[in-house]
Amino acid sequence: MTDFDVIVVGGGPAGSMAAEAAVKGGAKTLLLEKDRDIGYPVRCGEGVGAHGLKQFIEPDPQWIAATISKVRMRSPDNTKVDFGMKDAGYILHRRLFDYALANRAGHAGAEIQTRAYVDGLIVEDDIVKGVKYQYMGENRELTAKIVIAADGVESRVGRMAGMRTATKLRDMDSGYQATVGNVDIDQEMIDFFVGSNWAPGGYLWIFPKGNGMANIGLGVNGAFAKDFKAHDLAHKFLKEFFPKARILTSVCGGIPIAKTLKTITKDGIMLTGDAARMVNPVTGGGIIPGMVGGRIAGEVAAAALQTGDLTSNGFKDYPARWRKAEGKTHEGLHRVAEAIFEITDEKLNKMAHRLAKIPTDELSLMKIFTAVARQKPSILIDVTRAFAGI
Amino acid sequence: MILVKDNRCDFCGTCVAVCPVDAIELREADISIIHDTCIDCDICIWVCPIDVLSSDEKKEEVKHD
Repeated sequence: MTDFDVIVVGGGPAGSMAAEAAVKGGAKTLLLEKDRDIGYPVRCGEGVGAHGLKQFIEPDPQWIAATISKVRMRSPDNTKVDFGMKDAGYILHRRLFDYALANRAGHAGAEIQTRAYVDGLIVEDDIVKGVKYQYMGENRELTAKIVIAADGVESRVGRMAGMRTATKLRDMDSGYQATVGNVDIDQEMIDFFVGSNWAPGGYLWIFPKGNGMANIGLGVNGAFAKDFKAHDLAHKFLKEFFPKARILTSVCGGIPIAKTLKTITKDGIMLTGDAARMVNPVTGGGIIPGMVGGRIAGEVAAAALQTGDLTSNGFKDYPARWRKAEGKTHEGLHRVAEAIFEITDEKLNKMAHRLAKIPTDELSLMKIFTAVARQKPSILIDVTRAFAGI
Repeated sequence: MILVKDNRCDFCGTCVAVCPVDAIELREADISIIHDTCIDCDICIWVCPIDVLSSDEKKEEVKHD
């Protein structure tokens, strides 16, 4: 007899989706969050695609900060390429969004414990059988038939189980973001800066947050992070582009842009979300992929409890379903990211000059993509493969 | 030896994610290096977005002692 059927470590979107799916599948489920708050601090640009979000939850004005219908891309010489996207997406208030998801898991029947810092696993014969954690300075242990690790970019729980989760420097963007007020921006537009001047190997983003506020952040690829510090670049950018901006919050964080880990299950344990490296390798977006992965993990956990096979083999539907849903696409996108990485500032400028001549209403992501592909034709093959699911 | 300017750390965990030997302990607002495990590869220093980590420049001398 175990304390719980499923213990989920981490109360972000992936963890809450996993907990909800597990409990709906009949599992006695506990969700553990290390911080005192679900959803805070927010280490995220907070952008999601509308289509992706609506698979899981109806947009609620309480946690929608801005609705996006326009995209601007800027090349290193600040040539602007604008295009419209109907029903493109949203900028969230993650603090409230994460609450909503955890609340839903709780309503479905999952127990929730905050301030629970998992510092070890209960392992018998190389099978994970529960977690060790600290609550308010007290050491506690709870047994479980299945542990789902949704512990974010650090991904330490997987390591405790002997899984390889350490990410290569090249597969990690070093990020910094300021949430600022007093900026005069189009609240329906997301604005990206590419090239080496503001975010070497990554990009800088301006995401509106309503009421004259914005998330302004950037990610420097790990390969360049020794010489370019995200914090310094962001402050330089703010000084130059938004001297009147007032910083209301600032956070830093790592954006894992790796392919999904080769192994995301082991006897008694599954990894999901950022911890499993499920982030989109091109955009760095991890909310929706985390929710996709988390829900599948929770469903597979519930199904495995029915069959009684709690080994990695009993979880084999999880990597298979993830790969079909997103993983295969991410593998293609990872190759695209590698190719984009090689494009010089000069070429980015040339592309932008060409694209800027196309009227905004005729411009689409596809046209932009074609322009990129012209610089590096092999991308086209990778993307075709990725989207065709070959 | 890796040194931590812990009064400026944001506890974001990026260093933890890239550490190849799991030598960084991070709590809600507490970070420490497990020096016995650390291999001084320095990648945590590089990846840190706000320059919290640094290397003890005398590490070579210490190692050869």
